Amino acid sequence: MAVCKCTGEQVESPQDVQLNELLDHYRGYAGGLIPVLQGAQEIYGYLPAEVLETISQELKLPFSEVFGVVTFYAQFHLKPRGRNIIRVCLGTACHVLGGSKIFQALKDELGVENGGTTEDLRFTLESVACIGACGLAPCIMINDDTHGRLVTSALKNILEQYK
Amino acid sequence: MSNLKEMRSGIEEQYKAKLNRPRIVVGLGTCGIAAGGRKVMKAIQDEVANRKLDVDVDFSSCIGMCFAEPVVEIALPGTPSVIYGGVYPDNVNKLIEGHLINKTPVTEMAEIQIAGEAKPYDGIPVMEKSGYYAKQVRSVTSRLGRTNPESIGDYIATGGYAALEKALAMDRQDIINEVKKSGLRGRGGGGFPTGNKWQFVHDAVGDKKYIVCNADEGDPGAFMDRSVLEGDPHAVLEGMMIAGYTIGANEGVIYCRAEYPLAIKRLNLAIEEAEKMGLMGDNILGSGFNFTVRIKAGAGAFVCGEETALLNSIEGQRGMPRVRPPFPAHKGLWQKPTCLNNVETFANIPFIIRNGGEWYAAMGTEKSKGSKVFCITGKINHTGLCEVPMGITLREIVEDIAGGIKDGKKFKAVQSGGPSGGCLPTEKLDLPVDYESLTAAGAIMGSGGLVFMDETTCMVDVAKFFLNFTQLESCGKCTPCREGTKRMLETLIRITEGAGVPEDIPKLERLATNIKASALCALGQTAPNPVLTTLKYFREEYEAHIMDRKCPAGACAALLNYTILADKCVGCGVCVKACPVQAISGEKKTAHVINSSTCIKCGACVPKCKFEAIVKA
Repeated sequence: MAVCKCTGEQVESPQDVQLNELLDHYRGYAGGLIPVLQGAQEIYGYLPAEVLETISQELKLPFSEVFGVVTFYAQFHLKPRGRNIIRVCLGTACHVLGGSKIFQALKDELGVENGGTTEDLRFTLESVACIGACGLAPCIMINDDTHGRLVTSALKNILEQYK
Repeated sequence: MSNLKEMRSGIEEQYKAKLNRPRIVVGLGTCGIAAGGRKVMKAIQDEVANRKLDVDVDFSSCIGMCFAEPVVEIALPGTPSVIYGGVYPDNVNKLIEGHLINKTPVTEMAEIQIAGEAKPYDGIPVMEKSGYYAKQVRSVTSRLGRTNPESIGDYIATGGYAALEKALAMDRQDIINEVKKSGLRGRGGGGFPTGNKWQFVHDAVGDKKYIVCNADEGDPGAFMDRSVLEGDPHAVLEGMMIAGYTIGANEGVIYCRAEYPLAIKRLNLAIEEAEKMGLMGDNILGSGFNFTVRIKAGAGAFVCGEETALLNSIEGQRGMPRVRPPFPAHKGLWQKPTCLNNVETFANIPFIIRNGGEWYAAMGTEKSKGSKVFCITGKINHTGLCEVPMGITLREIVEDIAGGIKDGKKFKAVQSGGPSGGCLPTEKLDLPVDYESLTAAGAIMGSGGLVFMDETTCMVDVAKFFLNFTQLESCGKCTPCREGTKRMLETLIRITEGAGVPEDIPKLERLATNIKASALCALGQTAPNPVLTTLKYFREEYEAHIMDRKCPAGACAALLNYTILADKCVGCGVCVKACPVQAISGEKKTAHVINSSTCIKCGACVPKCKFEAIVKA
């Protein structure tokens, strides 16, 4: 719910409308919780507490269960995230070819730690176990784009492409 | 439309017409795109438009040569098609000028040629005889990089859905017998005979049964399932449908990693196209058999690759493993009998049904039949995807297919089977790759990731890397895995930081044995394998870390010492500027020294020194 600036009334934001449509689609659908959470995160960018409460009420699931599922999976986030998500692969192939150096260089460049978001909300930096592009190790993924055969000197140019 | 034969002739004509035109095909798998494939495609399209050339620009998926990406194939009718590697927007022009306009292949950029019936060009290796492919077979990967994965026409024209058509006219038990005869075993790592699994689900009593495809490929170093999904999605769907018909299910779920967006996109498209053509949905090909498939995107938990955890995740719960038995074949998804196989297993099914179980069983060894797709990565010359007959030796894979170790360094170990597997040393290079031999050596086949390591890789560090992974991914349900892997990791960290004590080795072994015996699921039961195999084959490295406080491979930063050789140092001061923590000092034109207490062992000074005066030891 958002608060109307003129009247102070509680009004439905466009995001709430989308969430309701999503919930309508999955109500009574067995095993719908995870797709709903994935959809809600898509809508809001993360999973705010009040959204989790709505989901719990609408899907008739205990809040504890919803919260338990959210905290189990690496994909779900309880805090706002950057517009661009950088996933640094630290899988075996990337590990032996210097993936951690790439990770360190990105941490230095962005001034954040693993899981951190830059102040301007431009980037969130996180590590992943493997993105399956091992043939091009070391590699990172920014949003849905994979960048491979990286050297630290190439990072600045790559980051420039994401505003 | 009920008759695939009628559709097929038209589709085959179209496909033939496509092959009879000049074509440029860009490899657009995740790896090709990562290497810049999309930009290359755009450059080719622009060039073709500018020059008003009569040529089709198409795309395909990954042919397996990750080392050569971005890969572009140029095919002129009646001549061999040539696959070029390392194609970038700035050399597209050269290819078009040479191969398309002057009809002379650009030999220096060519990786291989596929000659077929045409006379091969001189100076370019023919695929079947090239170093990378000579020892490979192409069965499950036969369409990868050869057809357009977003075209159902390409799939049908290359024999697709013929197995489904054949199966729908077969007796269900005969299908199971055929799969049993093939000797196919679960390609996800477990190696359970697929035919037996199908028999259990077929025989299980239930009003509703399910087919589940495990596409939650999570082992670091493994990407064969991604490549198959991106390159031949219909084969997986066809395999699932045949399984559904056989065991009596009409609903299938593919549990796919969310980290594979392209695979999910191509699967969705494949489902849509198959439904449009009456190859999926109600009354498939007029047989009365109904089958639908939906995709469930994973949410980022490695343990969901374990079959019972995966089922819990589909049901919308935390992905924690269930106690087995009951096995999914009896009580699986929603407590109903469920046939759960992985991507590569399902993708093998259409080939087995079409060519017969005996054809498949003719490949491989006595107990491990057929072929297996491996991802070869790490410090080798040719990284990529390869499909080999079971029983090939590790030496053939590293020396012939992978083209040896990078930069002329020495082979040290190969890691097989991801976090559940182990590291095998040089002495094991002649081991045949099959389920039994690898298990006996302490590693496992796993899903098929082979990471090669050279002399600069520290085996204690590798063991630590895997334990860190399993410890993070442990779901926390059972104590041996949750606590045990953490304690093992702590010990390994201590050893790599130079604080190990001699008792650490027996302690690690004891913990490992106990975790293996008592953890609830395969994740925990196999988590100690990397430590056990490195202790077995590289024990002296552990001892060097503990007794001598040295890392023989020079990889563990805490055990390294950088020193400047006084006789080589000319005192130019370049290293002083390179050092981020001002640990290097000295008068101009006299030998400098490194203050080891300030040095953070980053190694930044070493490449800067023109006189090779800085050494690590």
